[in-house]
Amino acid sequence: MARKFLCLSILLSIFWLGFSNSVQAAGDGESKTGFILPHVMDNYEWHFATVGHTHVTLPLPVIIYSPDQGLEFFLSSDFQNHETHKFGKDYGVGGYFIDENYKLSAADPSRTFYDFSITKNVTMMFIVIAVLLFLMLNSAKFYRKNPGAAPKGIASFIEPIVIFVRDEIALPNIGHKKYLKFTPYLLTLFFFIWVGNILGLFPEAANFTGNIALTFTLAIFTFIITNVNGNKDYWKHVFATPGVPVPLLLIIVPVEIIGLFTKPFALMVRLFVAITAGHIVILSFIALIFVFESLAVGVASTIMVVFINFIEILVATIQAYVFTLFSAMYIGLAVAEHDHH
Amino acid sequence: MGLITPGLGLIFWSALGFLIVLFLLTKYAWKPILAALDEREKSIDEALKSAEIARNQMANLKAENEKIIHEAKIERDTMLLKASEAAKQMIDEAKEKAHQEGAKMIENAKATIETEKLAAIEDIKVQVGILSLAVAEKLLKRNFSEDAAQQKLVEELVKDIKLN
Repeated sequence: MARKFLCLSILLSIFWLGFSNSVQAAGDGESKTGFILPHVMDNYEWHFATVGHTHVTLPLPVIIYSPDQGLEFFLSSDFQNHETHKFGKDYGVGGYFIDENYKLSAADPSRTFYDFSITKNVTMMFIVIAVLLFLMLNSAKFYRKNPGAAPKGIASFIEPIVIFVRDEIALPNIGHKKYLKFTPYLLTLFFFIWVGNILGLFPEAANFTGNIALTFTLAIFTFIITNVNGNKDYWKHVFATPGVPVPLLLIIVPVEIIGLFTKPFALMVRLFVAITAGHIVILSFIALIFVFESLAVGVASTIMVVFINFIEILVATIQAYVFTLFSAMYIGLAVAEHDHH
Repeated sequence: MGLITPGLGLIFWSALGFLIVLFLLTKYAWKPILAALDEREKSIDEALKSAEIARNQMANLKAENEKIIHEAKIERDTMLLKASEAAKQMIDEAKEKAHQEGAKMIENAKATIETEKLAAIEDIKVQVGILSLAVAEKLLKRNFSEDAAQQKLVEELVKDIKLN
């Protein structure tokens, strides 16, 4: 197991180094660390490598909705210079352009429009969904075909995790009566984040789970589920905290109300920061090689990248676990039936 | 595409994607898998319980068997005891009977001998009578001249008769 882990880390690191190499080859020397932020952010195209002057990219659809022009479809390559493959104000199409910082704008600043583009992260999400569906439907098929049998193949990989989420996350935090109702949500959450984290570690992959829009969405789901299922005790606790003198309620109630929102906010920020920071650290160590251009730093950085990759594999799992665990705790607080206070 | 400003497009797509995954996986993966796990856990539970019951039954059966064997042994012993007693009794009875039979036979023999003897004496008496009569007849046929001699003869004859 440990050896497989090591091999995986080294493999990932080698990919990362190859990736940064290609980035560096494309760089014009203006910034040797310039590839870091674009990597951890979303993008309209999926750039894999630059070999010489050939850019290996996957152009992605740009979908724009505006009240005056309705839905409009473009390809990200429409917004690029055909030779340099760079976005810029000069390469606009249909009244829109993507600037050097990968921001989509309308040529006429007064127009309002909504950007529904299938960006790099959305594409990444489709891959994650495909992997999830493949894994889970296959293992579900096993159980359907072999009722009562011990798990084999993919099912034997999935089953311990499913049991872990059910018995160690859902059951203790939500309680006997209702945990089964929320187990499917928690399972989906765990695997969605976990597979996203792991796949995001692959070089050239998108930093999908480290994107604040995704963590925001997931946190919102937990927020909605928590508050929709909140029982009388829960709301009483928020608006008329039992056992607190009335004057103090003036302070407690606003704090409790803020608390409703800080919980999902913490979920959102924790996952975003943990994953993004990991990517930035790995990329920074790689960037050091090009900054110093020395063999010693190269060797040291490579060792550090392997080491960080180790940690990132752990972080990927821990963050998925933590997000699921805290979601279960918040739901548990909302549905708990307690007679104390 | 800011680092810390969530983009509307990605929120839209990730919400849509997550909901679809949640729906599909809940319906086609989690529920069947959880149901299968539950079923398997129950069947393992039941198997363990029934194994426990079977083990108890085995133990009961064994105890019962031992009891039956024990009882059978006791019964055999009593039967053997009874049989030997009966045999002994039968032998004793047979002996007794033989003894009695023997005694009876001896008695019978004795009685027979006695009867025979009496019959013989009776016979002798008859014979004596006949002989006496014959003597008397012979005496009568002679004359009673020689009184003394005759008297002597009669006396002798009578003496002879009183054998009994």
